Amino acid sequence: MRKFIFATVMSLMSAVGMPGAASAAGGGDVTLLKNDWSFAGIFGHYDKASMQRGFQVYLEVCAGCHSMEYMAFRNLADLGYNEAEIKAIAAEYEVQDGPDEDGEMFMRPARPADRIPSPYRNDNEARANNNGALPPDLSLIAKARAHGPDYLYSLLVGYQDAPASMEVPDGMYYNNAYSGNMIAMPQPIYGDDVEYADGASTSAEALSADVTHFLMWAAEPKLEVRKRIGVAAVFFLSIFLIMSYLAKRRIWADVH
Amino acid sequence: MSAAKFSNPVVRWIDHRLPVFSMLDHTANEYPTPKNLNYMWNFGSLAGLSLVIMIVTGIVLAMSYTAHVDYAFESVERIMRDVNHGWLIRYIHMNTASFFFIVVYLHIFRGLYYGSYKAPRELLWILGVVIFLLMMATAFMGYVLPWGQMSFWGATVITNLFSAIPIVGESVVTFLWGGFSVDNPTLTRFFSLHYLMPFLIAGVVVLHIVALHRFGSNNPIGIDTKGRQDTISFHPYYTIKDIVGIAMFLLLLAIAVFFFPNAMGHPDNYIPANPMQTPAHIVPEWYFLPFYAILRAVPDKLGGVLLMFGAIAILFILPWLDRSPVRSARFRPVFRIFFWLLFIDALALGYLGGMPAEGIYVTLSRVATAWYFLHFLVILPMLGVFESTKPLPKSISEPVLATTGEAA
Ligand code: HEC
Ligand code: HEM
Repeated sequence: MRKFIFATVMSLMSAVGMPGAASAAGGGDVTLLKNDWSFAGIFGHYDKASMQRGFQVYLEVCAGCHSMEYMAFRNLADLGYNEAEIKAIAAEYEVQDGPDEDGEMFMRPARPADRIPSPYRNDNEARANNNGALPPDLSLIAKARAHGPDYLYSLLVGYQDAPASMEVPDGMYYNNAYSGNMIAMPQPIYGDDVEYADGASTSAEALSADVTHFLMWAAEPKLEVRKRIGVAAVFFLSIFLIMSYLAKRRIWADVH
Repeated sequence: MSAAKFSNPVVRWIDHRLPVFSMLDHTANEYPTPKNLNYMWNFGSLAGLSLVIMIVTGIVLAMSYTAHVDYAFESVERIMRDVNHGWLIRYIHMNTASFFFIVVYLHIFRGLYYGSYKAPRELLWILGVVIFLLMMATAFMGYVLPWGQMSFWGATVITNLFSAIPIVGESVVTFLWGGFSVDNPTLTRFFSLHYLMPFLIAGVVVLHIVALHRFGSNNPIGIDTKGRQDTISFHPYYTIKDIVGIAMFLLLLAIAVFFFPNAMGHPDNYIPANPMQTPAHIVPEWYFLPFYAILRAVPDKLGGVLLMFGAIAILFILPWLDRSPVRSARFRPVFRIFFWLLFIDALALGYLGGMPAEGIYVTLSRVATAWYFLHFLVILPMLGVFESTKPLPKSISEPVLATTGEAA
């Protein structure tokens, strides 16, 4: 019996571990830098200041090439912006609306309920502007790659001179985190690319960490509630388990 | 007959016309259950609970899901972002699916270990295998619904298997797809069937339980109960024991849902389906990996498909492959060794199914596949003849009274 329970636990563990092992299989020689993210762990939470800075990096650096389809301006409330600030951010953009009474489409300033407009009208335009490569939408990117945030960070700081043995074609760049090491995205962050109002560091590492923090929130906006409910649920269920086990012992005491 | 049993007049009135309370009372208080069931007997009720959780969360998800190739991915993201507690419902549905398979796999291995498939429980076992097949079909189609990269490519690879059928293969695949590739008609029919099949499972579970109640549960010793001294009533003994299992199950499920909700999924499924771009490795969900390994172990497509389905089909005839009169592995020293080898073999197949089909992995998959079939087709039938089993106790109560170490 004890053997059976042991095997049960083992099989549970390997069942849980298996897909992780399967999905980690990438290509080439890749370097993954591990960071201490504030959102990791059981009590993980987002750092609003870092996310606001990351959002600024996204707007000033990445938004020229990458869309964030699933993000509406109203979602920025999670970063700590108030309604007036969100309205002001949205108003910087024009979106198409209509038709009006005459049946015409027209442009108007964006409102908080609108999605953040994409830099390109469609994938073809995006490719045409990027040497044929398609910059992926970033709203879910932190969940769409194995080791999400650590990978994104490593990618952004992973640009290097290619080893002499490697031929890098035109329009491709050497990156030690990207699978195959050859990426079509030019190095986006060099350090001091943006100016922060709060005086935080603008080193390449700091900017990369901030934008990664922002992208993690974008992919998993409910992380904080999830973990909060999780702690309560696990606490409650542990007590439930102990109580039911004690009740079971008591009820079974007369069975021989 | 039952009228006197209930003091509440409303209950009595109803029960006289519709004896549901009598049925419940019978199950809880009169249905005799062996008194020596261990915690491996908890997985049946846990499977039932999983099914209920899947149906409830699934119905809620369906309220906000859109089955259309242009909107499916986005509608799932809306559930995650904008629907109140939509993220919770979806993560529960996703993770309970995995837990359901863990539970059912343990339930099956429990049956294998204690010989629960033997007479007179053959039909009970066969109904279980039917449930298992229905579960696999349901889970496969469910995984297609979010229309991510793995949804699309998994569906393409698996449905394409049917093209290996001689002569009619291509037509069968076209029929499954509702067209000439995996596309909108595929998605809509998968949604329709994914909604239907859990209720079919529920129906077969009812039959499974009816068959169970015919002879009652098997037990760790594997001998029939001989009288009242061997049994206890289901309630309160096994209700409370099932509750302990449920508490443990929910605790582990909560840890997965709230802290590792995507650990058992594949990151590629957060990329919208793109028919123009094949992912580097197409892997099915973890619970299909052992069968996927068998499929890929065979160089011939038709052969692979036949072996894969054969791996399940063989379970249907298991009661007639294992002719040993002794049920429980406790009294079958040689069988017990082979049981654990099979268990390791199944884990190995699961691991190999997740690895790329190249080099050493292919060789190992072939060895593991061969062992799987060898176990059922050669070893089990031979053991039935050649194994010398240990003496069986006279009754369930006996080993408890005679305190020798042998039966523990
Ligand atoms: C000049 C346009 C451009 C800018 C600016 C840019 N990217 Fe990219 N990005 C691309 C292209 C093109 C690709 C596709 C690369 C490929 O397919 O090889 C890409 C790919 C990516 C990927 C996916 C890598 C993978 O694993 O597939 C991520 C993540 C990413 N970019 C993040 C960012 C972030 C964060 C920023 C802002 C700091 C940014 N990008 C700025 C053009 C750009
Ligand atoms: C939806 C899935 C399933 C549900 C809800 C379910 C439910 C149950 C329940 C409640 C029991 C009684 C408690 C127990 O003995 O654990 C049971 C017994 C049993 N089940 Fe299942 N089951 C499922 C799937 C399966 C499968 C896939 C198999 C085998 C292939 C199977 C084989 C058996 C057998 C042999 C028994 C009797 C075991 C014994 O008494 O020793 N079941 N099932």
